[in-house]
Amino acid sequence: MGKSEPALYLGAARAEHAERIEDPALLRKSGEAASPMIGQALPLREDIRFLTGTGCYVDDIKRPDMAHAMVVRSALAHARIRAVDISAALALPGVLAVYSADDIRDYALPIPQRVCALPGLERFLQMPLADERARYVGEPIAMVVATSRAIAQDAAELVQVDYEQLPAVVDVHAALADQVILHDGPGTNLASHYTVGRGDADAAFANAHYTRSEVFNIHRHTALTLETRGFVAEWDAAAGRMQVWGGSKVLFANRTILASMLKLDEQCIDMIEVDIGGGFGVRGDFYPEDFLVPFAAMKLGRPVKWIEDRREHLMATNHSREMECRLEIAVSADGIILAMRGLLMADMGAYTRTNGGVGPGKGTQFLQGPYLIPHLEFEVQALMTNKTPVGTYRGPGRYESTFFRERLLDIAAVELGLDPAEFRLKNLIPPEAMPYDAGALVPGLPSTIYDTGDYPLVLRRALAEADYPALVAGRGRGADGRLYGVGMGCFVESTGGGPSEDARIQVTPDGRVELFIGASSAGQGHETVMAQVLADELDIGMDAIRVFHGSTTLVKRGFGAYHSRSAVMSGGAIVLVAQRLRQQLLAHVAASSGRAVESLTFARGAVRGSNDGAVLATLESLAQQASAGSVQAASALAAEATFSNDNQLTYTGGTQIAHVAVDTETAMVEVLRLLTVEDVGRMINPAVVHGQTIGAAVQGLGGTFLDEFVYDEQGQLLTGTLADYLLPTATDFPNVDGVSMEHARSLSNPLGVKGAGEGGIIATGAALANAVADALSPLGVQITRLPLSPNNIARLIRDAKARPGPGN
Amino acid sequence: MKLHCSVNDASVDAEVPSRLLLSDFIRHELKLTGTHVGCEMGACGACTVIVDGSPVRSCLMLAAQADGSSVRTVESLAGTPIGRLLQQAFSEHHALQCGYCTPGILTTLTAAFESGKLPADEHAVRDLLSGNICRCTGYVPIVEAILDASRQMQSSTVLANSGGTHGQK
Repeated sequence: MGKSEPALYLGAARAEHAERIEDPALLRKSGEAASPMIGQALPLREDIRFLTGTGCYVDDIKRPDMAHAMVVRSALAHARIRAVDISAALALPGVLAVYSADDIRDYALPIPQRVCALPGLERFLQMPLADERARYVGEPIAMVVATSRAIAQDAAELVQVDYEQLPAVVDVHAALADQVILHDGPGTNLASHYTVGRGDADAAFANAHYTRSEVFNIHRHTALTLETRGFVAEWDAAAGRMQVWGGSKVLFANRTILASMLKLDEQCIDMIEVDIGGGFGVRGDFYPEDFLVPFAAMKLGRPVKWIEDRREHLMATNHSREMECRLEIAVSADGIILAMRGLLMADMGAYTRTNGGVGPGKGTQFLQGPYLIPHLEFEVQALMTNKTPVGTYRGPGRYESTFFRERLLDIAAVELGLDPAEFRLKNLIPPEAMPYDAGALVPGLPSTIYDTGDYPLVLRRALAEADYPALVAGRGRGADGRLYGVGMGCFVESTGGGPSEDARIQVTPDGRVELFIGASSAGQGHETVMAQVLADELDIGMDAIRVFHGSTTLVKRGFGAYHSRSAVMSGGAIVLVAQRLRQQLLAHVAASSGRAVESLTFARGAVRGSNDGAVLATLESLAQQASAGSVQAASALAAEATFSNDNQLTYTGGTQIAHVAVDTETAMVEVLRLLTVEDVGRMINPAVVHGQTIGAAVQGLGGTFLDEFVYDEQGQLLTGTLADYLLPTATDFPNVDGVSMEHARSLSNPLGVKGAGEGGIIATGAALANAVADALSPLGVQITRLPLSPNNIARLIRDAKARPGPGN
Repeated sequence: MKLHCSVNDASVDAEVPSRLLLSDFIRHELKLTGTHVGCEMGACGACTVIVDGSPVRSCLMLAAQADGSSVRTVESLAGTPIGRLLQQAFSEHHALQCGYCTPGILTTLTAAFESGKLPADEHAVRDLLSGNICRCTGYVPIVEAILDASRQMQSSTVLANSGGTHGQK
C-alpha cells in the first residue's frame, strides 16, 4: 500500500492567527516509509511549524483588549508581612488592578496535592498569594494588572511590602531542629515522617559478612524549560465561560482545581493546549499563577496575559532533587546483597506542591532499584525549608535514589574486591523472577510490581556496547597526565502512569480521520506518534489522520503527560478506539447490506467481503452516507474509548556507563562517553525514543556537573539568572549515545510499549559519579555528593592531597 | 523614536518607545512570533535574528538601534536556499523537540552559512552552536543536521537544487 506524504496541519485548538503551512517537501522522508507505521523513525509533522516560526506558544497569543499581569514576589526568604501598600502602584496610569491576599480571600483555596500525597504533607499547602507571612524568595505576594507589560512591570516595583524579617531555615538539618518553625499550625518543619520496608533488615544486617554505610547528598536543581511559564485567560461573563491558554501537562486536573476556586462548573472552563517550550515535569502542574491569571480576567472582564520572566522562573517554578540519604548495605560472603536500610531526608522547600511527595516517595521506592534485595527498611523525613517549593523533574526520585544506591554499590564492590559489573550481575533481578513484587514502599500506594524485563541482559548489552574491558584496562593515569575512570549505574524506571486515558475518533465528511486524545505534549511528537499507531490500527495512510491533543475540549476526560505515560496510555486508548470504530463500521455495513457481520472484514481502511476482499464501503463512502443524512452511518463514524491500566505500571530497565578523564590540576572532568542502554519494550517511533534518551542524558549531565541552585544563609537565591545557573551548551558534552532495546514488552497495554521519556537521565548522576570516583581512586578520594562541579572536585583533590594516604 | 528598517525584505516605518527591545518589537508590534524569548539577558540565544547579515540577540538590542538596518527572522528562512536546506536537515535528523530554541539556532546558522562560514567538523559545529541553549535534544541530532547541511552546501548540485525551490512556499 502506498503511503503518501502526510498532510500538514496545525495541531489542536491552535489560536486562529497561526498560518497553515503547506510545505510537504520538508517531510519528504515520511513519504518513503512503508507500512506498518509503528517502528518507523518518521520525521515529526509538528516540526514544520517549529522550523518555520509558525508555532503558537502562549506568548504568541493575543486577545482583543488584553491586559498584562506581573507578580510581586517576596524579596525575603522568611518574613512577617506587616502591610502591602498598593496605592502608588494603583496611581500609575494604565494600572487596572492590584490584588493582594485580601482580594482573593473569597476564591482562593490552598493548592491541593495531585499525586503521591505523603502523610502530613497536606498541612503545608500554599495559598496563591502570601498573607501574613512569606516563606521563600519569590513567593507571590501581589499581582499587578495593567494595560501593557511595561506598565505592569513599573507598577510592580511601586508595590511596597513592609516586611519583618525572620530567621530563615535553609537546610534539612536546621529544619529538623525545629528552632525556627515555618508553619505555625503544624508547629513543626517535619512535614512527613514514616518508615517502610519488608522482611527483617536489622536481622540481615546483624548476620551479614559485610556492611557499609555512607551519607550522600544531591544538590537542588531543576528542569529549566527554555520557554518560561505563562497564561492567557479570558472570561466571557455573558456565557459564563472561562478560556485559559498556556496550561500543559495536566490540563484536566488543573481545570478541576481552578473550577473549585472560581466557583464554576468545570465544564465552564476550557483549558486550551498550545505549543509548549519544554516540560520535563516542572511545567504544567497547578501553581499560584494558574489561579491568579484567570481570577484577574474574571474580575476585570478582559483577557489577561502573564508571562513569567527568567528570573521569576528560577525562583517560582518548582525546584527539585535536593536530598540527603544515609544508606546502608549488607552483603554476604559471596557478594549477594542481603539487605538495605537507610534514612532519606528530602528538602521540600516552603510549601507542599501538587507533586511534592513524589521525590521522597518514589525516591524511597526506587532505592532498591533493579536488584533482588529481600530485606528493606527505610525511614523518610520530608522537611520544610525557606526555599522554593520542590516538585517533579524528569526521573523524580529515580535520579536521586539511583545515585545513592549505585554509588554505595561501587564503594562496596571496591571494598569487597569485586568488579562493579560482576557485583551488579550477581544481584540484578533475573528474568525468571518476573513479575517481581518490589514491595509496597510508598504510603497509600499499592505494591510495586516490576512487570517484565531482563536486567542482566541489559547490563551485558551496555558492557558490550561500551567495550567495558577496554575501558577498565585504560583506568588510571593516562599519557596526558589525566586520571581515567569508568563507572556505571543500573536503574529501573516506572512508566505508563494511570489511571486511564480517553481517545475519540471522528471521521470527517471527506473521509479523513480525526483523533482526539487527552494526553498533552511538550515536544514529544504526539501528532506524529499517535497517528502512527492509528494508521496501523485502521490500516490507513498517515495523510488521512489528524491528531488533536491535550485540550479539555477534545475528550471527556484526560490525564495529561507525566510519568512517561503517553505512548502507553494514549497508545492503548487509540488501539481500543480503533477497534471500536472497526466493529461499528462492520456492524453498520452488515445491517445496511443485509450481510452477516462475520462475512465482513475491515482492511486497508475499508469494509470488505471476507472471501473476496471486495470493497463494500470506504470511510469516504460512509462519510458521504452520513452527510446525506444517514443517522446510522453518522453514529458508526464516531467512537470513543477509555484505556485503563488499573494502575499497573510498566517498568523499563536500563544501564548507563560513563567514561571520564579528570585533570587533577584544573579539576576539569571530560566525559569521554556517556552511554545509555534501556529496554523500552517496543518503540513506536525510534527517532522520538532516541531523541528522548539523548536529551535526557544531557540534562542529566548538566544536573550532575553544572546546574545548581545556591542559597545563602538568609535564604537568598544566589543563582537567579542563566549567567549563574549554568546549563549544558553544545560544547560541554559531545560524547553521548544510546541504545534502545526492544526486548521485554509490556503486558499491561495492547501495544506492549513502555514509556521512554525519562530513562536517559536516571542513572547519569550515578554513572558519572562512579566514573569520577574511579578516576580519582588513586588519590583516595570518595565521592558522596553532587554536583561534580570543578569547585567540588578541586576541594576533594586538595583535601586528599593534604592528608597522608595512598597516591601522595 | 522614529524607526525605519527592513524586516524580512519588507520596509518598516514605526514610532517606537525608546526602551522597546528589538525582540518585543518583532514579536508584538510586527507579530513575527517565530522569534522566541528565553532569558532576556542574552544567555540562551532563542531570540537570535539576523541584522545586516550578522546573528544578533534581539533581547539585547533596542528596536531603535535597528534604524537603517536589514533584519531577518526565522519566518524568512524558508524563502532562502540556505535556510531551507537547514530546515530540511533539522526535520530529517529530528534536531528539534519542543521547537522553542529552533528559530534562534536556524538564524544563527543561516547567518554563518550565508557568510561562507561552513563548519568543517563536529568541533566547529559545536563551537558555532555554543551560544544557543537547547533543553530537549542534547544537541547531538542538531550537530548531525548541521554537518549534513554543511556537506550538502559544499555540493554544488544540492545548492542548485535548493536554490531551485527558492520562493516556493
